[in-house]
Amino acid sequence: MFWYWQVDGWIALAGTLCAIACALVGNFLVLRRLSLIGDAISHAVLPGIAAAFLWSGSRSQFVALLGAVAVGMITVWLTELIRRFGSVEESAAIGVVFTALFALGIMMVSRAEHVDLDPSCVLYGNLETIILEMVPTPLGKMPLVVVELACICCFNAAVLAMFYRQWTLSTFDPTMAQAQGIPVGVFHYALAAMVAVTCIISFRAVGNILVVAMLIVPPATAYLLCNRLAPMIWISALFAGIAAIFGHLSAISLPHTIGFKSANSAAMIAVVAGLLLLLAAIFSPKSGVLVRWLAQRKLSRRILGEDILAFLYRESEVSAPALATVSIQAIADRLKISLSPLSNAGRDMMRSGYLTSTNDGWALTPDGYRHAQNLIRSHRLWEQFLSMETGLGDHRLHSQAESLEHYTSSELRSQLDRTSGSPSIDPHGKQIPPES
Amino acid sequence: MHSNSDETDVAIEISDLTVAYQRKPVLWEINLKIPKGSLVGIVGPNGAGKSTLMKAMIDLVPKVSGQVKVLGGAVASQRHKIAYVPQRESVDWDFPASVLDVVMMGLYREAGWFWPMKPAHRERALAALDQVGISDLAQRQISQLSGGQQQRTFLARALVQSAEVFLLDEPFAAVDAATEQSIIDVLRQLQAQGKTILVVHHDLHTVPQYFDFLVLINVRAVAWGPIEQTFTPENLKKTYGGRLTILDEVTEAMRRNAVR
Repeated sequence: MFWYWQVDGWIALAGTLCAIACALVGNFLVLRRLSLIGDAISHAVLPGIAAAFLWSGSRSQFVALLGAVAVGMITVWLTELIRRFGSVEESAAIGVVFTALFALGIMMVSRAEHVDLDPSCVLYGNLETIILEMVPTPLGKMPLVVVELACICCFNAAVLAMFYRQWTLSTFDPTMAQAQGIPVGVFHYALAAMVAVTCIISFRAVGNILVVAMLIVPPATAYLLCNRLAPMIWISALFAGIAAIFGHLSAISLPHTIGFKSANSAAMIAVVAGLLLLLAAIFSPKSGVLVRWLAQRKLSRRILGEDILAFLYRESEVSAPALATVSIQAIADRLKISLSPLSNAGRDMMRSGYLTSTNDGWALTPDGYRHAQNLIRSHRLWEQFLSMETGLGDHRLHSQAESLEHYTSSELRSQLDRTSGSPSIDPHGKQIPPES
Repeated sequence: MHSNSDETDVAIEISDLTVAYQRKPVLWEINLKIPKGSLVGIVGPNGAGKSTLMKAMIDLVPKVSGQVKVLGGAVASQRHKIAYVPQRESVDWDFPASVLDVVMMGLYREAGWFWPMKPAHRERALAALDQVGISDLAQRQISQLSGGQQQRTFLARALVQSAEVFLLDEPFAAVDAATEQSIIDVLRQLQAQGKTILVVHHDLHTVPQYFDFLVLINVRAVAWGPIEQTFTPENLKKTYGGRLTILDEVTEAMRRNAVR
């Protein structure tokens, strides 16, 4: 891997600034369920640039910016118009508006003979060549793109910070915001304008695809991980930065290791951002696949453990010594479960002090006996309650009670007891044990 | 049924209010006065314009015609005296915020839109949560709340606004009995402090028990006034029964002709 600070340092910095600028405004797109609007605006700015150019005849960035802002707002306005008067859903309206505007832009570009807009540059950007255009700044010579991206990054951060409460309230609860006198519409269009400006500044460096990715992916990743807005914004900016740096790193190192000649940095940044999202989806403590899987596994082990306790309790009801030992094989046969999950669940119950293990098998401890007594009490109270209230058949009663018993707290038990008139036996004539 | 009270005792005065969606009138020529310190039920069938009336009162929907005065002034100048609680389903409860964050939103206006919140604001938000009985949930993420807890959170957010007029859109919709009771308790406390409370409500059974002033609405204001005079079988029949069919037909015809 060859990292030249003179080149790669600037590229990584440009990518980072661009990613952060996009991620900042992207948070509010994601939270307003307007992710597609980012995509739409990033395409629709094309006719904006073209129109600004055709009209003014200048290639100045400033004119292009004005054109982009205008089109950004028009996109949002047209979308709203079509949604309302065409009675179609939002995503359909967005689809109509941005494809039409993009097509218009292509037509305008091809009409203007001396416009040199390179389609591949629009798509992928040109991060690799940014050092060709250096400008003097108070901090020394810098690539023009870096200066522009730093400006838009600071601008976005400043606008969000200054109006943070207005953004929050108008995003979470627009009606209440309006009732408080916040011009909700102004903020809506301001967001569109900020997205448009960010897009156009980012275009030359990273192209269309990365802009769309950076607007949505880091905020979506942060959304999976965070419970509150401020951390979500910080984390999204952090992930955007990480994606930019590692994206560029892998763009210059990976291709050689797998025998390719080179990879586009902007594209690799998007890939890394996507990988981060994937990791967040798997490992998020809030809603991650892994957390849910672990919770599910823990629950089924607890249920199996409680089934063992309940089985041993029922055995003790018919055979004489209350805390009799039953062989593990007998339990497995009765619960129709193979030995390995059974012994796992049994170990859990031993750790909780509900079960003891001897050479002959397992037995309830006094604690376990009390726990099992409450389980059986839940089970039989449910059977009694369900038979009174629903008139289910005996077999269905048992299976319903079998699953409900594991979720029944002592409060719920006493409530069941009261509503069914404190029954002493269940519908099968079995004793309902007292609360222990 | 028109109360002839003094102007200074009027919390909300609505004159000649008409609201239309795509030329179809949703509210038609509403005139009513709500006395200060009343606990008002706004009642009517589905689609009668109850929520729209509330929104039109505070300029959340455009009016075709008419005027609303709140505490003697135009709404725009009285926003700080009005606390509005939208329908619970109107917001996204997966928004990344804690219960306390949502309640603090009620203080944004007072604390300033830019300056940091003071500890006193936090105290007040916690006190409001305590008043609605969910102070233990202050740090809970809002997506983990039950429907009743969401409604209590919204009520707490309204309480911290130290408003004079409270507008609640369907606060009792799909909440548990305990929540319904504690909401009505809080509303009665507010009334005892002289606040005016308007509630969009759809359960006729609890109307006489909860409210002391009633607005029966079905596109028109069918009746309004103190509960004992307005909550009558004839008024209810007018509101829910014979659906003002002639008016319906003519407006439908107007709409068809307008849409070519």
